[in-house]
Parts: sequence; C-alpha cells; structure tokens
Amino acid sequence: MSSASDPMIGIVDLRKTFTKGKETITIFDGLNLAIPKADFVAVMGPSGSGKTTLLNLLGGIDRCDAGIIEIAGIRIDRLSEGQLAHWRASHVGFIFQFYNLMQMLTAAQNVELPLLLTRLGGKARRERVEAALAVVGLSDRLKHYPKEMSGGQQQRVAIARAIVSDPELLLCDEPTGDLDRRTADEILSILQLLNRDFGKTIVMVTHDPAAAQYARRALHLDKGHFIEKELAA
Amino acid sequence: MNDLLMIRKNLFRRRLRAILMIVSILIAFAIYGVLASFERAFNAGQERATPDRLVVLNKINMSQPLPISYYSRVGAVDGVAQLSPISWLGGYYREPKNFISAFAVYPEDWMRLRDSDFVFSQDARTAFARERTGALVGARMMEKWGWKVGDRIPISSSIYAQKSGARAWDFTIVGSFTSRIPQADTNIMLVGYDYFNETRSFGKDLINWLMLRTTSAAMNERVGNAIDGMFANSPYETTTDSEKAFQKSFAAQLGNVALIVELVVGAAFVTILMIVGNTMVMSVRERTREIGVLKTLGFPGGRILRMVLGESILLALIGGLPGLGVAMLLITQVRGSLMNFVPTLTLYPDIAVGAIGLMLLLGIITGLLPALGAMRLRIVTALGRN
Ligand SMILES: Nc1ncnc2c1ncn2[C@@H]1O[C@H](COP(=O)(O)OP(=O)(O)OP(=O)(O)O)[C@@H](O)[C@H]1O
Ligand SMILES: [Mg+2]
Repeated sequence: MSSASDPMIGIVDLRKTFTKGKETITIFDGLNLAIPKADFVAVMGPSGSGKTTLLNLLGGIDRCDAGIIEIAGIRIDRLSEGQLAHWRASHVGFIFQFYNLMQMLTAAQNVELPLLLTRLGGKARRERVEAALAVVGLSDRLKHYPKEMSGGQQQRVAIARAIVSDPELLLCDEPTGDLDRRTADEILSILQLLNRDFGKTIVMVTHDPAAAQYARRALHLDKGHFIEKELAA
Repeated sequence: MNDLLMIRKNLFRRRLRAILMIVSILIAFAIYGVLASFERAFNAGQERATPDRLVVLNKINMSQPLPISYYSRVGAVDGVAQLSPISWLGGYYREPKNFISAFAVYPEDWMRLRDSDFVFSQDARTAFARERTGALVGARMMEKWGWKVGDRIPISSSIYAQKSGARAWDFTIVGSFTSRIPQADTNIMLVGYDYFNETRSFGKDLINWLMLRTTSAAMNERVGNAIDGMFANSPYETTTDSEKAFQKSFAAQLGNVALIVELVVGAAFVTILMIVGNTMVMSVRERTREIGVLKTLGFPGGRILRMVLGESILLALIGGLPGLGVAMLLITQVRGSLMNFVPTLTLYPDIAVGAIGLMLLLGIITGLLPALGAMRLRIVTALGRN
C-alpha cells in the first residue's frame, strides 16, 4: 500500500519552449514541483503563465524540451507516443473547461469511451459506466445526448468519463470556468469527494479563488515559477 | 458500444450530407453494373470465338455476298480442316416483330464446326443431316416459343421470298441442341442451305460468309493469305479474319460500346471520387477537436486511422451495394425485350465482385488523406486554446 506522502508527481528541472517561426518563447526553465499522492492542488496564475501547458505536460499530451516528469513512479518524459497513449488510458483523467464530450454519443457512451481501450466485456463496461455516473449523480441521464443537458450536467458526464477507468491522477483545466456559482460549487464538491473518499490526486487550474478553496493547497504560477500558498483546510 | 457504432454515428452526423453522398455513389455503381454487363454481353461473341476458326467475308463489307463455289475452292486450300457456308435468313415467326436468328448451312459441316460450343444428340445429328426441310433449333429458342421436336413452323424472311410466291418456308423441327459453354447462345435456328437456296426467289448460289477451322491456330495467317490471294482480282474478292476479329466488327456496328462504358464510368468515378473525398476531408476537419479528445483518452493513432478509413469504406459500401442491386433489377427488367440483340445480358458474379473491389478502393482513396491527417494530428493543436 502506498501512503499519502508518497510522491504522485515529481518534476525536476523542467524546460519547455514554444517556437513560432523564428521566435522562441520559453515557458518554463528549471521548474521543480512535487505533489504527494491524494493531494488536491489548485494552480492559479495570470493568463499566459503556462498553467495549461503544465497540465498538458503532466498528462503526457505535450512533450518537454528537457527535465524529468515522473508520475506515480513512471518517467513519462521517456515514453514514446504510443506508450504515452497507453499510459494515459489507465493513469490519468482529463476534465476540460468546455467538457469536450462527443456530440453524437449519449452520456453513457461518452463515459464508456475510455473502457473501449480495456479488455472489459460489454456487461462489465456497463456496470462501470453506471457506477461512474452514479458518483456524479447522473444515474437518470444515461441515454441523454450532450445537447440535451445543462453545462453542469455535461461537466459531470466529463468527470464520470475521467474516473471510469479508475486513474490515480485527475487533471482539470478550469473545470468551472464556464459555470455559474451554484453549479460550480456542485462540480467542486464532486472533485473534493473524489479526492477525500476515493483518494484521487487532483491538479486543478483555476482563476477563481472561491474554487481554489476546495483544494487542499494552492500554487501560484508566475513567470515560470511557483509560489506556494497554504489554504485553510 | 464499439468502434463500428462510432463509425456509423460519425458517418450520419450530418444526415442530409451522408444521404446525398450515398445516393451519388449508388447511381455511379448502378451505371457501372448495367454498362459493364452490356459490354460483357456484346463481347461474349469474341470470348467464345475459337482461336483456330476463321471467317471468309466479301472484301467490300460483310453484307456483300460470296458465291457458293468458294466452298469447294476454299475447302481445297492446304490447312483447312472443316468449313461450312452460312447464309443469313433475316427470319421471323408469323410477324416481323418476332425476330428469329436463323442461318442456312451445310448441316453436317456446321455441326462439326460448332461441336466445341454445342452439344448435339446423335438423333438430332442424323435427322438434321437427312431431312431436307428440317430445322435444328437451339434449346433457348425452343423454350422461348414453346416448340417441340416434330413441330412444323412457318419462318418468313424479311429479305427473300419463295419462287412460288409464298412468303414463308415451312420447316420441321428435327432436333435441338444445348450449349457446352455459357457464352454460346442457343437462341438460334439452322436450316439446310440446299433447300433454302433452291426455293428462294433471288440470290441463288450466293452465301453470306464461310466459316472454317484450320488444322491449327498457327496456320491461321497462312491459310487466310492463301484464300484472299486466290480470289484477288476476281469479282468477289475476300477478306479472311479470325472469328474473334469478325465478332468484334459485328459488335463495332452496334457502336464502340467498350469505349463509351469506360468514358461514362470513368467520368462518374472521378466525379464521385472528388465529391466524396472532399466531403470526407471537411467532415473530419469539423471533428478535429473530438479526435483530439479521443487521443487524450488514450486512443492510439492507428485506431483513429482505422475509424476514419472504416467510415469512408462503410459509406462506399452503403451506396455501392444497393447500386449493384439497382443494376441487377434494371438488367432483369430489360433482358426480355433485348433478348435478340444481347442474348447473354446478365450481371455476372465476377462483375459484382469487381464492383465491390471498386467500392473498397473508392473508400480507401477517399478516406486515406483525412485518416492519415487524423492519425498524425497533435493533441495540443487539436484541443486548441482552452
Ligand atoms: N502551441 C503553442 N504554440 C505557441 N505558443 C503557445 C502554444 N501554446 C501555448 N503557447 C504560449 O505559451 C504561453 C502559456 O500558455 P498556456 O495556455 O499554458 O497559458 P495559461 O496559463 O493556461 O493561460 P490561460 O489562463 O489564458 O488559459 C502563452 O504565452 C501562449 O501564448
Ligand atoms: Mg489555460
């Protein structure tokens, strides 16, 4: 068994640049970060400070120029594209600001998507999908299409999709950025539940200080470096 | 849920667009099925042509006659194994619209020549050789008119009359025959040349052409040159051709069908290729974000490539297979009325298999570019700026 103090995320001396034409923008140069298992971290910071870029690197959908990225003991910076895809399928769940659901699939089918990459049979998949949708309180919306649901409901489907294959890490990029206060609170409560009761490690980017209150701590990213601020528990 | 369900849902994401593409593919394959079958039917004569058979024609054109005396002169040429004179009756049964393919021949000679195409019973053989007014009728013609061996049938000619003034000849059906190979049509009738020649009002001792078999196909050119040389500078100069070339010129009189087929089908397919290809590119581009999400979830590039290709192939099959069905329906509809002109009109299995191959090809070509694009798409680019 792992204890809560084992590292989930370790970043050492990370370098990330973007090249546009002749111009090279350096986002991170020598960034270090450690996040223990079962932590819930809010990442804040001005627009353009590299928050989304950081999440992309942690989730293995973008590559760094140099440095080490280790997630749950795996050096993902060393994995090939194919290995990364395989790794993402079982180790990390993504939640985006604009939900990113498949418009032509029902809620249940959207949640089932990650399970198509497993060996599970139809019945086992259905049970997992129903369980995930029950966690987010959408057991009565299995056959609904995204366009038939509110923003909050769609984001709950997206959360169910992110947790259905039981990854240890959830990466959320402004998950409440498009929602009103009350709906945002519902979504944040679900994330908090996933962290407290299911032991998920969560990294959540947000601009909203009220949202950050749901996390255990907040990190401020500015000019390529972190400034930590403890939050009241 | 499985990949196929996703492929189907993606295909019908825009219902009207999908239906329009399906209909255009359907029409293209219906045209293809019908024209390819017609082309096959027109070429059937060439395909059944035997390599060692030659046809001797009047050099001017095939509707000019030759004298019957050529039979014995050609028969004496070195390398000629068998031969028969052939005259075209232009026959019909009771009314001109009941067109009958009838030829006057030397019975024994003709049956020997056509042994490789048709099955003649011993009874039919002897009876046709013996009965002066006898007719040998192919199985399909017997069936078409409900005739039996022993029936006396009046056959008129749209070209000749009898010396007596009578328009019709009464022939007695003395036997029938079936085909040995599928391309050999049995909707034909043979009558004895001697009887026909003696009773007709004009054209006495003339024939339309001579069909002969050489001792070997290697002799063809030498035999042909010998025959044509023998009759050079005579009132009836000849041109001797392989049966295949002869059948081809026969088909050429009906228009260059093969070329028309290729042009029409080619144009239809280039158009379809561009429309479907362009639509697939657009349709996949619209889904860039969703493809990025699938990749984020861990779908490997190869699987996404297969899904896009699967979609374009499914589209080609959903349009193409019913298109072939329509072609089959059209062909069975017109077959009855075109029986006399294109007797072997059928959508042969190999044409259908070829068409299905074309569908797969169409699917792959139209899907390949967008599929490769989707496979290579970088997630960060696809998801854009959140
Ligand atoms: N694909 C790219 N090509 C070039 N530059 C990029 C690319 N992606 C991001 N950037 C640049 O990197 C910087 C950080 O972008 P990032 O999206 O990580 O910021 P962010 O902190 O998430 O901002 P926001 O709060 O507005 O979402 C920005 O200056 C951005 O212009
Ligand atoms: Mg961002």
